[in-house]
Amino acid sequence: MKKTVLIPLLLLCATWLPARTWTVSPGTGLSRISDAIARAQPHDTVRVLSGIYREGGIVVDKPLTLQGINWPELDGEHQFQPLSIRSSYVSISGFKVSRCGETALDDIAGIKVYNARFVYIFNNILEDNYFGIYLSGSKKCWVTGNRMTAHGTVEQNSGNGVHAWKCDSVTIADNRVKGHRDGIYFEFVTNSTVARNICIDNIRYGLHFMFSHNDNYEYNTFKRNGAGVAVMYTRHVRMVHNTFSHNRGGASYALLLKDIQSSYLADNDFTENTIGIFMEGCTRSTFERNVFRKNGWALKVQASCENNVFRHNNFFANTFDVSTNNKLVLNNFERNYWDKYEGYDLNRDQLGDVPYRPVSLFAMVSDQMPYAMMFWRSFTVFLLDRAEKVIPSLSPDNLRDDSPLMQPYVTGTTNG
Amino acid sequence: MKAYTAIEVTQSPTLQQEPTHTPMQMLKIAKYVVYDILRNRFVLAYMIFLLVVSMSFFNLEADPTKGMMSLLNIILIVLPLVGIVFATIHLYNSYEFMELMLAQPLRRSDIFLGQYLGMTVSLCIAFAVGVGMPVILYDGSVRGFTLIGCGLLLTLAFISMAFLATVLSRDKARGIGIALLLWFFCTILYDGIVLMGMFAFSDYPLEKVIIGLAFLNPVDLARIAMLLQLDAAALMGYTGALFQHFFGSALGTSLSFGAMVLWIALPLWFALRIFRKKDI
Repeated sequence: MKKTVLIPLLLLCATWLPARTWTVSPGTGLSRISDAIARAQPHDTVRVLSGIYREGGIVVDKPLTLQGINWPELDGEHQFQPLSIRSSYVSISGFKVSRCGETALDDIAGIKVYNARFVYIFNNILEDNYFGIYLSGSKKCWVTGNRMTAHGTVEQNSGNGVHAWKCDSVTIADNRVKGHRDGIYFEFVTNSTVARNICIDNIRYGLHFMFSHNDNYEYNTFKRNGAGVAVMYTRHVRMVHNTFSHNRGGASYALLLKDIQSSYLADNDFTENTIGIFMEGCTRSTFERNVFRKNGWALKVQASCENNVFRHNNFFANTFDVSTNNKLVLNNFERNYWDKYEGYDLNRDQLGDVPYRPVSLFAMVSDQMPYAMMFWRSFTVFLLDRAEKVIPSLSPDNLRDDSPLMQPYVTGTTNG
Repeated sequence: MKAYTAIEVTQSPTLQQEPTHTPMQMLKIAKYVVYDILRNRFVLAYMIFLLVVSMSFFNLEADPTKGMMSLLNIILIVLPLVGIVFATIHLYNSYEFMELMLAQPLRRSDIFLGQYLGMTVSLCIAFAVGVGMPVILYDGSVRGFTLIGCGLLLTLAFISMAFLATVLSRDKARGIGIALLLWFFCTILYDGIVLMGMFAFSDYPLEKVIIGLAFLNPVDLARIAMLLQLDAAALMGYTGALFQHFFGSALGTSLSFGAMVLWIALPLWFALRIFRKKDI
């Protein structure tokens, strides 16, 4: 009874609070954002009208709402950090942040958040920054709908699009990152969500994380990044409905999983990559309903991986389906659809009656002698592969799918 | 114009002197060869076979890429085989026609090249209709046209080899034997030998050697051209990128095309040289 009275009373009080709106515009009495922030009381709103603001570094040190109207530009002049947030409960939107400084010592970013909670950074444009948005030691922050473009050419001289370090429960969603070093970079970030981001043409990785447990990645697109996506030393990763495409090159992986444990990867799409998934030291993970199309190698499963399950994945027109580096195989392949499968289904249970061995002799050979790739699709190689299929001698005997699907797996159905 | 314009100049007293060359004579002979081959019906059957096979490849697979991959095998194996064997047999069978022609004051090279032209035109038409049409229908992209181009060049190269095999031996059985051996060597044996060499010398950097060796076999050249289209993703990995860079570049493309043209021209030139001096 007491609560029901108290809450409306408090809400009523809130309307009496003198929350003011400050409008900053060039050529008026209030032409500097820093002045507005200095004068404002906590929880005020600062509206910034369009114009170019060169104020060195702006520091937001109290809970404020900063609203850009018609894309005011915060120019870092290649020296400063345009926007530093050192308070919780800050909201930043509608700004164009450009040309931040560049030092390897400080990791200067377009917008950097220091040890804060509940910071919202949304709908901003970040152009030509070293790091784009940098969250450091923060919790429960949202970075959504931002567009980040950089024009770096070498890894050493460029920073990451969204960089989070020692964070918890942050949400990175609907951003577009282009031309940075890594599109999204997580280190020691837990319980967070990365969704619907598009990372294209970044110099190194589209997504890169380490020691970031219990994170959720969904509906992201990673395309044409220098070395694809690399994730390491992490438990309980959930990756669903992501698209990995056109990550090509000698050291490029659509997805590199290194020491990943107890994770779940489902409904992802891997198209036209040199290597679809490269796994090393990956354990107890499940791979379901992923589609591998036109990759050089759909899967490279090193012998250091164990207890992983591959189920209901579809493999179409890959040069090689699976390759490995040893005869030791401790993973389980079941009920996948392999377009190269040539078996039959006499009892009509939709499962092939003879096992499918996805590792071809030539995949093993070209692993050891890469230039042997020149002979791929040669009739001689075809004959050798055939002979190997009948009497496996080099390829691992127990890497096989005992119940391959006769038709591609269709999500939502119960076939297989 | 009458059928054999050349016949009218038979009175020419000096037979040692070679008659003047006119492209019309060559084209005329080519025309008769085409008629002869068409009467044979083999080419028609070959065309229908190619058509049925390519249509079924594309219809069986939902993805045209897979159809292309299967078609590639046909092009690398069947096309050279049919080209070389058919051309050899036909050339032996038209020996009497050649003899008749040689009795006329015609240049030997015109007769020979006329035969070649007629043969290539009929087989290339069969290929263009049998494979080219379905490919353009189902996958009219760069890789489709690459496939058609490779097929045409391979047909030309293997007919050249057939002509060489024919002039090397008077005996039909031996000639066909040589032709089959050439086919077997190019399609299967060569790759096997190079692969074996590669295993034996795997401690050495062989990338450039392998690129060089690819030029020594027209089937490999065609295969690599298609590989660049079909397995680009895999080729980008590791040293595969080296091949991608070389064969994918303008220089590599023109070099491989040049090598292919040499594979057509050289056997034909050798065959022509032998044929000119040959005692029929």
